Amino acid sequence: MAQRFTKSLIGAAFIALTALGVASSVHAAGGEQEIEHLDWGFNGIGGTYDRAAMQRGYQVYREVCAACHALEHLSFRHLGDKGGPFYNPDYPNPNDNPDVKAMAKDWSVIDIDSDNGDEIDRPGIPADKFPSIFPNEPAARASNGGAYPPDLSLITKARSGGSDYLYSMLVGYKDAPAGVEMSEGMSFNTAFSGNQIAMAPPLSEDIVEYAPTFVPGDHGEGLQEIAAPAASVEQMARDVTEFLTWAGDPKMEVRKKIGFATFLYLLIFSLLLFLTYKQIWKGVKH
Amino acid sequence: MSGHSNYEPKYAATRWLDTRLPIFRFTADFMGFPSPRNLNYWYAFGAILSLCLMSQILTGIILAMHYTPTVDAAFDSVQRIKRDVPFGWLLQSMHAVGASMFFFAVYIHMFRGLYYGSYKAPRELVWIIGCLIYLIMMATGFLGYTLPWGQMSFWGATVITGFFGAIPIVGESLQQWLLGGFSVDNPTLQRFFSLHFVLPFVIVGLVGIHIWAVHHVGQNNPIGIDVKSEEDTLAFHPYYTMKDAFAIAVFLMIFALFIFYLPDALGHADNYQRANPLVTPEHIVPEWYFLPFYAILRAVPDKLMGILLMFAAIMVLFVLPWLDTAKTRSMRFRPVARWFFIIFLLACFILGWCGARAPDDIAIPIGDGITFKWLSRIATFYYFAFFIPILPILGWVEKTKPLPDSITKAINEGTA
Repeated sequence: MAQRFTKSLIGAAFIALTALGVASSVHAAGGEQEIEHLDWGFNGIGGTYDRAAMQRGYQVYREVCAACHALEHLSFRHLGDKGGPFYNPDYPNPNDNPDVKAMAKDWSVIDIDSDNGDEIDRPGIPADKFPSIFPNEPAARASNGGAYPPDLSLITKARSGGSDYLYSMLVGYKDAPAGVEMSEGMSFNTAFSGNQIAMAPPLSEDIVEYAPTFVPGDHGEGLQEIAAPAASVEQMARDVTEFLTWAGDPKMEVRKKIGFATFLYLLIFSLLLFLTYKQIWKGVKH
Repeated sequence: MSGHSNYEPKYAATRWLDTRLPIFRFTADFMGFPSPRNLNYWYAFGAILSLCLMSQILTGIILAMHYTPTVDAAFDSVQRIKRDVPFGWLLQSMHAVGASMFFFAVYIHMFRGLYYGSYKAPRELVWIIGCLIYLIMMATGFLGYTLPWGQMSFWGATVITGFFGAIPIVGESLQQWLLGGFSVDNPTLQRFFSLHFVLPFVIVGLVGIHIWAVHHVGQNNPIGIDVKSEEDTLAFHPYYTMKDAFAIAVFLMIFALFIFYLPDALGHADNYQRANPLVTPEHIVPEWYFLPFYAILRAVPDKLMGILLMFAAIMVLFVLPWLDTAKTRSMRFRPVARWFFIIFLLACFILGWCGARAPDDIAIPIGDGITFKWLSRIATFYYFAFFIPILPILGWVEKTKPLPDSITKAINEGTA
């Protein structure tokens, strides 16, 4: 008797959702973007990033993507943050982390000479932001045939399909099928919206030379060596996607961890509240 | 707030205070407020909504300490909050997801009122003040969505403020006055931030009046008959405080699911792209809680007519107490109206679905296919038909089921 409004609401929602499901499957059949769903380690409620993959991904970003694409929301120090690719438990302050220092030094940063006010280039320090690649948008477009290379620090967030999309796009370069007319300077890509992408295929086999990586062990036993895999296009695409997924969502691991604790707390709390409620209402007809 | 008070000050100090500022009397009466004993869990959404409002205000105040409302810095400052401010990611997520949860709860609260006839005499003002709160909530939600200054923020703001430009004669100057310029730009963002900060406190004031009005007339209940004796009621505390507390804990689990595991599920990927006045997104889609109204807007070919219809869809709620001519409050005793209500619910869901899709896409593949535009027209027609003429006519012609004599009697017979 008390459930009538509930039934109406659930019934209407159910019909609406079924209709939505039918319609979206129809819609998906008509799309032209092919996006492969991968079983990422960061998926799911207990998902974590693969540190070795992120480190290799950073190398791919540095040696390939960074020719055109910036990481404007990241500082070098973020690389050594807890949960970051180069986190080292010996250096809780990432500004002290020698790997992070070395990587920052590898970039040149525009600054002002405090003695005479001249603009100078100096090696980066962990506190610096990743520098922009081009001085401004027109300069970026001029160097890229009129196309603007998007910032990569939120790329997996800013595209529907997220990490799956990014990976599929990086491995989605194919020869244009017969009958498809390509515009000047465009490449055919099965994952890109409209299939014509201004970026030439960025990855080719062995374009980077992978070295072994060192990641902290799960139980604080210092850094463990992880052997380098072969630098295939798929491997590099997976690694750089892992790195850029972290770059877009660096707090994911702590978020999921706190989420789990919150759920546990709420579950026990609501059980206690329910029992208290039952106790108080005992003997009250309602 | 109303009725007679059972509070008796026990000490000299409380007696002294009671004759000057009866704050303890107020609290005691509030906590002991006699509530119908048959309220179900749908009645917990009032408490849930209070919690949502408080959560939005608290997280919002802290976010405002770190947020920069300028077109050059807004997008970056939100990223800084999520990356560098301690627990900023949590605050930002609570606030953004919180807006969705707030609307989710308010819709259930409103549909509950609709189903049990909580808008009927003597609760017309409770309902109308509630509608006013909802209207200001919509404004606040829209203003807040502009602040991250992503692509959807910018283009959403452009579309919505464009409504005012459609008003004849004064439209253009009104739009420019609202925007502080010829298009959405820095002055717009700064005034939107200012208004987004202040409106929630207007809501707090209205919620106070809303609750005051409820306490004056007493709560409605699932069988919709008046409280006849003290036997029909239970004290708000501990009975309903405890029931509400349990409901809140369950609600928080849904809230937490989105905050921690699906923080972006209710948003749009385009809003992770910085606002760009030169690039229009492929589809401009509002947040999910505005989708039904967006569908009504797009159901009409004429822009001004669409806007008027959309506003009428909200305004019709304000006069609902006088449109429904039935004496029986609860739909439990209205076998015909109940079915029309279920179809109305369905129409609202369909409108939401239409709002999310391109108008010319095929919604139902029958024959040549029914497009979303036509589906939204059918649903819009029913949305209005439900209020005029279905509800007024039903009130006159429907044969309602017999009402129980009292809440207590209904409980004893197992029909409450």
